[in-house]
Amino acid sequence: MQIPAPFDYVRATSVDNALELLSRHGAESRVIAGGHSLLPMMKLRLSRPEWLIDINDLYELDFILRDGDKLRIGALTRHTTLLESDEIAALFPIVRDAEAVIADPVVRNRGTIGGSLCQADPAEDLSTVCDVLGAEAVIRGPAGERILAMADFHRGPYETAVGQDEMLCEVRIPVRPRSGSAYEKVERRVGDWAVGAAGASVTLAADGTIADAAVGLTALGLDHTIAGAADLLRGQQPREELFVEAGRLAAAACDPVADQRGPIDYKRHLADELTRRVLRQACTRAAQTQEG
Amino acid sequence: MTIIHERPSNPAAGDEDRPIGYGRIQRKEDPRFVRGKGNYLDDIVLPGMLHGAILRAPVAHARLVSIDTTNALAHPKVLAVITGKDLLGLKLAWAPTLSADVQAVLVTDKVRFQGQEVAFVVAEDRYAARDALELIDVEYDVLPPVIDARKALDADAPVIRDEIEGKTDNHIFDWEIGDKAETEAVFASADVVVSQEMVYPRVHPAPMETCGAIADFDAVDGKLTLYETTQAPHAHRTLFAIVAGIPEHKIRVVSPDIGGGFGNKVGIYPGYILAVVGSIVTGKPVKWVEDRSENLMSTSFARDYIMQGEIAATRDGKILAVRTNVLADHGAFNATAQPTKNPAGFFSIFTGSYDLKAAYCSVTGVYTNKAPGGVAYACSFRVTEAVYLVERMVDILARKLEMDPAELRLKNFIKPEQFPYANKTGWVYDSGNYEPAMRLSMQLAGYDELRREQREKRERGELMGIGISFFTETVGAGPRKHFDIVGLGMADGAELRVHPTGRAVVRLSVQSQGQGHETTFAQIVAEELGIPPEDIDVVHGDTDQTPFGLGTYGSRSTPVSGGAVALVARKVREKAKLIAAAMLETRPEDLEWEKGRWFVKGDPGAGKTISEIAMAAHGTMTLPEGVDGNLDAEITYDPPNLTFPFGAYICVVDIDPGTGHVKVRRFIAVDDCGTRINPMIIEGQVHGGLTDGVGMALMEIIEFDADGNCLGGSFMDYLIPTAMEVPDWETGFTITPSPHHPIGAKGIGESATVGSPPAIVNAVVDALAPYGVVHMDMPCTPARVWAAMQGRARPPI
Ligand SMILES: Cc1cc2nc3c(=O)[nH]c(=O)nc-3n(C[C@H](O)[C@H](O)[C@H](O)COP(=O)(O)OP(=O)(O)OC[C@H]3O[C@@H](n4cnc5c(N)ncnc54)[C@H](O)[C@@H]3O)c2cc1C
Repeated sequence: MQIPAPFDYVRATSVDNALELLSRHGAESRVIAGGHSLLPMMKLRLSRPEWLIDINDLYELDFILRDGDKLRIGALTRHTTLLESDEIAALFPIVRDAEAVIADPVVRNRGTIGGSLCQADPAEDLSTVCDVLGAEAVIRGPAGERILAMADFHRGPYETAVGQDEMLCEVRIPVRPRSGSAYEKVERRVGDWAVGAAGASVTLAADGTIADAAVGLTALGLDHTIAGAADLLRGQQPREELFVEAGRLAAAACDPVADQRGPIDYKRHLADELTRRVLRQACTRAAQTQEG
Repeated sequence: MTIIHERPSNPAAGDEDRPIGYGRIQRKEDPRFVRGKGNYLDDIVLPGMLHGAILRAPVAHARLVSIDTTNALAHPKVLAVITGKDLLGLKLAWAPTLSADVQAVLVTDKVRFQGQEVAFVVAEDRYAARDALELIDVEYDVLPPVIDARKALDADAPVIRDEIEGKTDNHIFDWEIGDKAETEAVFASADVVVSQEMVYPRVHPAPMETCGAIADFDAVDGKLTLYETTQAPHAHRTLFAIVAGIPEHKIRVVSPDIGGGFGNKVGIYPGYILAVVGSIVTGKPVKWVEDRSENLMSTSFARDYIMQGEIAATRDGKILAVRTNVLADHGAFNATAQPTKNPAGFFSIFTGSYDLKAAYCSVTGVYTNKAPGGVAYACSFRVTEAVYLVERMVDILARKLEMDPAELRLKNFIKPEQFPYANKTGWVYDSGNYEPAMRLSMQLAGYDELRREQREKRERGELMGIGISFFTETVGAGPRKHFDIVGLGMADGAELRVHPTGRAVVRLSVQSQGQGHETTFAQIVAEELGIPPEDIDVVHGDTDQTPFGLGTYGSRSTPVSGGAVALVARKVREKAKLIAAAMLETRPEDLEWEKGRWFVKGDPGAGKTISEIAMAAHGTMTLPEGVDGNLDAEITYDPPNLTFPFGAYICVVDIDPGTGHVKVRRFIAVDDCGTRINPMIIEGQVHGGLTDGVGMALMEIIEFDADGNCLGGSFMDYLIPTAMEVPDWETGFTITPSPHHPIGAKGIGESATVGSPPAIVNAVVDALAPYGVVHMDMPCTPARVWAAMQGRARPPI
């Protein structure tokens, strides 16, 4: 049994209460959602919060809502809920692609989208998913609510724009017609963190050319989406040479580190290979929604 | 004799006509486990029990400058902090290992691997014990470590074991076997010679339950009760008597339910000794249970063999000789669990299943700044390494000769009429009939069809591989004259009592870690005496309640204790015969046995069942001369030879050419373990071992960085396979009984772990043939497979 350092624990009763507790207990307090990132770090004593503020009773943060041209997802929505949602799978197939390869059912039953995004581990799959879908983060704090684009939300590995006395409450994803998306990950074993992964989202114009596109990489040393990918793809008919070109761009854009999952050259190759695959798949899916 | 079909038996228990004896019955122990009523070490709570925790070294090699325990001792819940210095006073700082070396219980002079035991805290609860570790101040003077075994013998390598007088290098042993000159001659005149360096990397058995102990020392009568996660309770009792100086009759070792052992729980770890010291010092029972990282970083690893293999053959594919040179990394202390005369375990079975003209091997063992161990993870004392070597070499030869690897094997098998077969390294294979097993495996696989599919896929650029491994194991040590562990001969006792009402209890020295002993051994008694298995209680794991024996590892329980149980049951049967004769007022030689009953030859109506005889034995009738009033017996069985199970495995993999990801699509395992006692248990053992094989072949490795930091210290980094990585296992069997074993049984516990890794690697290499890949080392992770495809296959260490 791995034993964390001593800590105190309190269950929040509402978002306001959670925010109040965060302010009261200060710098050494942490929100705990699914606990599947925080608890392992505490057990290894890499993280030593003095207070855990449990937000698992905040059902108000556990929802999936269609609101005009946005899909709103509460921060406490579990991986399993995202995986099983047919509405999400129809609008954003990338989410089901990614969720199917995040950890295992035990972790997915507890882990949340809010926890994933706030953990901001470079290997977190949902960060890439939200990046390429152009999601926004709704953050609340003592000063009220603010809404940030993903590019502003993520500040680098393990760092986000969420302040110590703030909480991520919601993720909003724009719903665009004629769009398709896809995610593919290479892992050493089911449930392992990515050796490398790529996600893509594509919107087609009425004539079948690419109107907009975004490609992101997971665990390959790239924050946000690949700069230049959208410019390369926009206005073009989806075709293999284009995907190859985008793959090349991805390989050049990434900056992976060598570790037990693989050396740099392999990871760079994955950036290329997986980018081609997800773009191919995203375009196929976008074309299908166009037909449908 | 080879039987390819089995007598029908019930697929499920609960039937009225379940077999009395061998056959498929559900495991007797399972109701307890599936209901959460198992009793594992950490379930045991003794009154007043305290908790221990170990402070471990953060670096691999460092001189210990100072330890300050003041703050830890000031913790309100801490009762004791024990350091190496305290142990020196008790003469317990160093303990003998199972390989004629010593191991530090707590560091006194120098840290020799990351994770080594530095201090022991005893506290009121385990939280306090863990917290107090952070209050101990230790100063280290960091030294350069020896991490790469290839550099351990360099002249300028730091000397790890400088506490051994006169030690100036990191050399542990050189060992050789086979005829070197004869082998050289065969190699010199052979048409074809191929050689390959291959690494069997360091892996870890990672049992679900980690290791632990509860020591309860009674200062008044001087008795030590020691609950331990151990596969060998009796050997531990004797060793504790020697190590701790407690008289052996005052030591009781209890091994409760064990959550997996795989050789990880054979040795005595410092934590066990520290729990004893903690109990003596505090006068209270002390529990110590390690966490997952401690288990992975400090307890017995497996393999770590760097092997140079060579094989010689004629142009038309007659294998002539195998030769190998091994560099063995034993870590900081030589603590491998193996028979005394076999420093490389049973590696000399690398001659495989082939009729060779010559064979030779040399093994050099070295110290490195890594955790000690080496023999574990269902390896049958290094048969895993041997089988991997020869089965990879045969495949490499097949490629060179452009021969089908199945055909090459079939051409070179030892023939049935050659058994018992004396190989070139001193083993006598008891029995074997290899070709039918190989053919059955090929038939179950649809081998020719698979090769056709592979040709078609290759044309389309798809990567599909078919890998074969044919292994011969050597398991079931003794005989005691050849095999001992620290001087204790490897023979096993068994005791059987038939109660007056015909129910029985059989007491064993071996200890189950999940193998189903409570069922298998009951079935052996059932087969011999005709008492239903559910009427036989199997007692094991408690030295106060069981006869002496060496324990469960190396697939020895059925070959050794299984023989003991069959023989003790026959002894009871013979005694029953004398009593039955008296009851029937006839002569013993006029009686005939049918399962469960003695009857008068030619008069089947006149007979006595075992129950009736048992009642009479304990009753008032006058017993025959020399027969005492019970139906009990005891025996110690010293096997005349080892047993040699074998099997033919075929693996089919698909590889994603863009990512290097390997998927094991099919796995066909044909095993021959001689007489099959409970086929369901056998299949379970095979399924588990095959899963281990997928783990080793595709993902498992304990790596170290250049500073000696262990990179496999958690399940985030040390990957073990899940149901998602393994296919539906396809199993088959042949039956070639052991001629010398009382019931013809051989071991099965490790066959699949031994046999499957080469089949998988052979399949991966076969799939990569279009890229010119001849060999790649485990683990075949996506990155490593991709590197091999680029012509850059690298050893993992
Ligand atoms: C074995 C295992 C395998 C895994 N594999 C993968 C994988 O392959 N891919 C992957 O993407 N993830 C993986 N994960 C991580 C998993 O998805 C986690 O559940 C997720 O990263 C964190 O979600 P959580 O709800 O558990 O967060 P927690 O652990 O509860 O919290 C994580 C961090 O976020 C903060 N936080 C949580 N919610 C909020 C909020 N609403 N506002 C502000 N801060 C908040 C916490 O304070 C903490 O710092 C794995 C985890 C495990 C244990």
